[in-house]
Amino acid sequence: MELDRPLPSPITPEAKPFWDGLREGKLLLPKCKACSHVFFYPRVLCPRCHARDLTWIQASGKGKLHAFEIAYQAFTKAWTVKPPYVLAMVELAEGPRLMTNLVNVEPDPKAIKCDMPVQVVFSKLTEEVTLPLFEPAR
Amino acid sequence: MADPHALSNSVCIVGVDESDEIGSLPGKSQLTLHLEAIANAVQDAGLKISDVDGVFTAGQHSPALLGEALGITPRYVDGTTVGGCSFIIEVGHAVAALHHGLCNVAVISHGESGRSGVGVSPRRDTSLTGQFEAPFGFGGAPTLFGMITTRHMHVYGTTLEQWAQVAVSTRKWAMLNPKALRREAITVADVLNSRPVVYPFNVLNICLVTDAGGAVVLTRADLAKDCAKKPVYVRGVGESTEHVMLTQMKDLTFSEATRLAGEKAFRMAGVTPKDFDHIMLYDAFTSGPPIMLESLGVAKRGEGVHFFEEGRSTPGGTLPINTNGGGLSYTHSGMYGIFPIIEAARQLRGECGPRQAPNVKLSLVNGMGGMLSAAGTLVLSNETGT
Repeated sequence: MELDRPLPSPITPEAKPFWDGLREGKLLLPKCKACSHVFFYPRVLCPRCHARDLTWIQASGKGKLHAFEIAYQAFTKAWTVKPPYVLAMVELAEGPRLMTNLVNVEPDPKAIKCDMPVQVVFSKLTEEVTLPLFEPAR
Repeated sequence: MADPHALSNSVCIVGVDESDEIGSLPGKSQLTLHLEAIANAVQDAGLKISDVDGVFTAGQHSPALLGEALGITPRYVDGTTVGGCSFIIEVGHAVAALHHGLCNVAVISHGESGRSGVGVSPRRDTSLTGQFEAPFGFGGAPTLFGMITTRHMHVYGTTLEQWAQVAVSTRKWAMLNPKALRREAITVADVLNSRPVVYPFNVLNICLVTDAGGAVVLTRADLAKDCAKKPVYVRGVGESTEHVMLTQMKDLTFSEATRLAGEKAFRMAGVTPKDFDHIMLYDAFTSGPPIMLESLGVAKRGEGVHFFEEGRSTPGGTLPINTNGGGLSYTHSGMYGIFPIIEAARQLRGECGPRQAPNVKLSLVNGMGGMLSAAGTLVLSNETGT
C-alpha cells in the first residue's frame, strides 16, 4: 500500500528504543535516574540536571491537547493525507510534549479545544514503523 | 566583569539598502542579491567596498564566499545562523568587534532567492524534524507558528479579528512604501475571508515569499562622522536562544529568548520598554508582533494586540510599528531580519517620505529566529542620549 506520509527518517540511535516500543504498542519515554525528570525527545543527557544515567518508562498514553492547527493543504511533497487534518501538540500526563495528529475528531475549530483530554492511538505504518497518534479521551 | 554599557553608542549604522530590486526576481541568484545589497549599502555610507574588512552574514552562503565574491580579504567574519533574526544578532557581534578594533568597517548582508530559488542549495531536514515532526504532516513555519497562536487564543482569549488587525495596520504602512509588494487596501473582513491555509491562519495572516537582498554597514562612532549620512547610534543590543523544536518551548505564549534579548538591550542602552517612539518587529505571522511586545515588556501579557488598533500602530498613530509594511506586505525572502534594521535606520535619518513617522528619536528593532526560538533586539537612536 502507498504510504500517505513520510516515514520518520533518519531514526537515530538514541531514539531507537522509542520507535522499537511503538512497534510493540508501548509509548516509551526517557527518564533521568538522578532527578526523575521525564523528557522528550530522547537525548544522551538529562536536559534538567545534565546527568547521563537514563532509563525508559512506559507512558500512560494519556494527556492533554496543548495546542492544535487544522491544515487545509499539504505542506510537504510526501504528504497525501486528504485535508483537512489536525496537527497537534500533546502534553503527556508524564510531562513532556510531542507533536502528533489528533484523529477521530471533526476537523473544526468548534470541536477542538486546547487542554481537552486525549489518549494515544497506535497507527501501524509499516512492519518497522508505528506512529503515536492521539484521539479525544473516551 | 566587563560592563556592556561601555559598548553603547560606540558603533553606528552608517549605510543601509536593499538589492537593486526586491520582489519576484527569477533572473537573479541569491549571491547577486547579496552583492547588490552590499554595493548599495556601502555607497549609501559614502564608503567603498575595499573599505570593508568585516563580513557578517547568515543563511546558505558563508562570509568567506561573500568576501571572495566581493574580491576582499576580510580580517573578521561571522556566519551566525540561528534563523531570520541572525542579522539583528550580528549587529551586536559587529559592535563588539568594531569597538575592540578587530575590524573597522563591518557589513552585515542578506540575500535570499526565497521565491524563485535561483542559486539555492536544497534544504535538508535534521534528524529531529525528520523523526518527530515530518511524519505528522508538519513542514514549514505556518504548521508550527499556528501552535503558538492557538495556545495564545486559549490562554488570553485573543481573537482572529485581533490578529487580522495586525495585517491591516501593516498594510496601511505598505501602501505608503513604493518598494512594498502588496499595496492594495485591506480590511479585517478581507483577512478573515482570505484563503484558509492552516487554522488559525488564512493567507493574509502569513508573510509574503519574495526574492530580496539587504545590507547594513557599521563603523565606530569616531569614523562615522566622515560618512555620507547622519549616523544611527547602536545604543543597545541583546540576543538569546531558547529552543529549536517547538515542543521544547517552555511557554508557547511567551518568548523567553525575546525577554532576555530585550532586557539586555534595554539595560545596555539605559532605556525602558516604554520609551520608544518607533518599533520594528519581525512579522512572519500576524500573531508574532503582539507576542513579541508582550515578551519584551512593552505590552502586558495578552494585551499586545491592542497596540495594533487604528490610531496606535497605524500611520498617524501614537506608536508607529512596522512602518516599511513588514514581512506581511513589503517583502519577506525567508530570513527577514535585515529589513527591520534598514527601516529603523531610515526612519531615524528622516528619509522615509510619505511614511516618515514624526520625530523618531528612539527605535526598537526586535526579531525572531525560528518559532520565537532565537531573538535579537536593538535599541537605535539618532542621538547618543547622554
